[in-house]
Amino acid sequence: MATHSDHPKATYSEAPDSIHFTVDGEAFVGSPGQTIMQACDANQCYIPRLCDCDGLVPQGSCRVCSVKSNGRIVAACTQPIEDGAVIEHATPEIMDMRKDLVQMLFHEGNHLCPICEASGHCELQAMAYRFGLSQASAYPYLQPVRPVDASHPDIALDTNRCILCGRCIRASRDIDHKHIFEYVGRGIDKRIGVNGKSLADTNASIDDYAMSEEVCPVGCIIRKREGFSRPVGQRLFDKHIIGSDIESGSPHFKRYHRIDLVQLDESMQETPDKESDQA
Amino acid sequence: MNTCDQERVKQACLACDNDPARLMDILWAVQDHLHFISPASITTIAEQTGLHKVEVEGVASFYAFFHQRDAGQHQIYLCDDIIDQLSGYQALYDFLLDYLECPPGETSPDGLISWHNTPCIGMSDQAPAAIIDQIVFVNLCPSQLRQIIDMLRSGASVETIRARLYSGQSKASHHAHIQSNIRRRGKVHLSEHSCKHALTRALSMQPVEVVNAIEQARLRGRGGAGFPIANKWLMARENSEHKRYLICNADEGEPGTFKDRVLLTEYPERLFTGMIIAAWAIGADEGILYLRAEYRYLHTYLEQVLERMRARGDLGKDLLVDTTEAIQFSFDIRIQLGAGAYICGEESALIASCEGRRGEPANKPPFPTQHGYHGKPTVVNNVETLCAIVPIMEHGPQWFCSMGTKESKGTKLYSISGDCNYPGVYEYEFGIRLKELLRDAGAEDAQAVQVGGASGILIGPADFDRQLSFEDMPCAGAIMVFNSQRNILEIVNYFMRFFIEESCGYCTPCRVGTVFMQKSLQKVIDGYAEAADLDYLCKLSNTVAKTSRCGLGHAAPNPLISSMQNFPLVYSALLKVSKDGRQAGFDIQQALQEARVIAKRRSLIYDPDFGNGYTL
Repeated sequence: MATHSDHPKATYSEAPDSIHFTVDGEAFVGSPGQTIMQACDANQCYIPRLCDCDGLVPQGSCRVCSVKSNGRIVAACTQPIEDGAVIEHATPEIMDMRKDLVQMLFHEGNHLCPICEASGHCELQAMAYRFGLSQASAYPYLQPVRPVDASHPDIALDTNRCILCGRCIRASRDIDHKHIFEYVGRGIDKRIGVNGKSLADTNASIDDYAMSEEVCPVGCIIRKREGFSRPVGQRLFDKHIIGSDIESGSPHFKRYHRIDLVQLDESMQETPDKESDQA
Repeated sequence: MNTCDQERVKQACLACDNDPARLMDILWAVQDHLHFISPASITTIAEQTGLHKVEVEGVASFYAFFHQRDAGQHQIYLCDDIIDQLSGYQALYDFLLDYLECPPGETSPDGLISWHNTPCIGMSDQAPAAIIDQIVFVNLCPSQLRQIIDMLRSGASVETIRARLYSGQSKASHHAHIQSNIRRRGKVHLSEHSCKHALTRALSMQPVEVVNAIEQARLRGRGGAGFPIANKWLMARENSEHKRYLICNADEGEPGTFKDRVLLTEYPERLFTGMIIAAWAIGADEGILYLRAEYRYLHTYLEQVLERMRARGDLGKDLLVDTTEAIQFSFDIRIQLGAGAYICGEESALIASCEGRRGEPANKPPFPTQHGYHGKPTVVNNVETLCAIVPIMEHGPQWFCSMGTKESKGTKLYSISGDCNYPGVYEYEFGIRLKELLRDAGAEDAQAVQVGGASGILIGPADFDRQLSFEDMPCAGAIMVFNSQRNILEIVNYFMRFFIEESCGYCTPCRVGTVFMQKSLQKVIDGYAEAADLDYLCKLSNTVAKTSRCGLGHAAPNPLISSMQNFPLVYSALLKVSKDGRQAGFDIQQALQEARVIAKRRSLIYDPDFGNGYTL
């Protein structure tokens, strides 16, 4: 398994056999072995996604990346691209379904953006902005009441905000080689379990890749003493819309500057905006 | 957990060679001993098998029959399937609630007996039924249940109780009291055939000739999708990987179906012979029968049949050795017990379960024929499909092809239950009209029929003339009949709750969408819905059906959508009509209740007694 710094998507090469396909009528070229999402990324066509994360094995669980490939709806992150494929991506039908899925996730958990420290760099929130979802939908709120695990000195876990993307599971298993997280339960009671009585009972560390801001797309994994350190206006998605990095064709950059704990002394907290976000 | 228990857990792991892939068997052994999977036993299992604790917990918490809370020495699983609900389930439920002095999921105050609700256990033809300590009791009534519980409390084992209740029947067998209820025998499944003859013939042919014969017979999978069997076999055969597996799917979980139960009971040798022939055709040397936990009462019986076949030399090492052509064919079958998960009927979820993992479907491609059990090419076929192999080999593909319709050859078994005089298993050639089948079953007042179980469709008399075949109305076998006294929405609501319970939770639309669908349907039933709610239901159903990852999610909206189409008046009769432009379904008192709870006081305007010392 590659580490997150040399994820497979960054290693495209012009394969001799290229694959030709269209997305909403536009002709694209991809390489054999790519998924639909990889092929589209390489063509600066952003397919919305939540459970997929660079450097982790795609699992196709959030379904937000649903596209129509030759008339059949598939998850772009796991479906291999076929030569001659006709992909429907930004059609009203597909966009409507994606909105439904994002709204389902909002209603399944407790996503109170104004009081959540992930606000501004939360991918679920950013996806809602991208989709223009700002009004309440007709779905009911399930309002889970799961205990928050704040046992660990540096990390807290609020699974009421979890969207079950499983990125932390894959990051901890495949990159940190620790296997701190795993799915437990099933159906609507499915949740993220930890390898012990609580997070403090595991060998989790704040320096694990699984605990980095890149991995948890929402505010479920909380890095203690770092919340709200970036002022409004300087947060990741204040500056650009989610997916714009792929659309602009900029090379994959590390999306976040992780805040170093030593920087977080009292003098720093007064002027947190010194911390420069990505250039 | 005391050291003695810990030793037992270790032994359970050792008995499975501490193999993490045998986690299902280990968990069963631990639960049989401790009556639940305790946190301490999870730690021990993890240490023994090299798994992480949370992985073991992930598997244990996935399956309905594994308990993670302390449970009694005896377990009662009351089947709450819709057919049972129409056949006296409520009386049994009320009785248990009262007599065991605890709600479902809990243990009686004396700590002896726990009871649970469980979806269809494959006994719809003799409902209501319950599993008590692995033995199934059918046609139950409260007084009988009281008798059983009293005997359990006096220290009798469930085997003794069974023998006492059904005196005169063989003590050796756990299932002599369960009727097979074979109502109509066709030529393929419910007729006698010579396994020996078929096996000799198949093994005298080249494997590819066997595949050709199955192709000529145009046999399609009986599990629901109707995939051509020969194609599936060829895909595995043509794989360059030489280690291949054959798995028989006996996880008959679709509510209302029980025909595989009858095949497993009546024709186990035919099934196993079919597996041997299939293994010969695809080049597999290991087979697995994935038996649903609800049919655990058949486990010993099936093991005995396998043992007999091994003793006879039909199973085991070197079944066929031809040194001149360098042929050496060995094949054996192990039985893998499930633990209560409908989703494991999906082939890749079933494989995951066989490997000791959570029964979640895999992404396809790769298909199991390319990358299946332990990453090797694997063919998963349904019980009924594999039971058709022996008759085809014995009588030839032409004989098989002479039955059925153009696209659907041979015969099909149907499990008929509900409001009919003769519930049971019926075998017909493909193409039978539903009304003929209903006539034979004595369903005189059929008003609605659920064709294909929970994942099927609910149809009304206007469609009774349709044919059961892959061309017209495919059906994996469950036919549930409802008469004019039955409440359509109650039936649909049951199926929706079933899907919430059985969704594996992997993908968003199935995990969350099914909950929203049921809530919206409940709104209709409660009389708060308006016309716009039905549009919402249609849109939501469409998203769930189209974006879900596997067949469970694709099919989950079927009962809802089909009933809205076929019984529109049932829905529209319950809709509220807006009189003055306001939302008709809006209930001010209900809306206020949430605010009252949060504010911890009542409304000044809407609660006239406000200020009179009222507290919530």
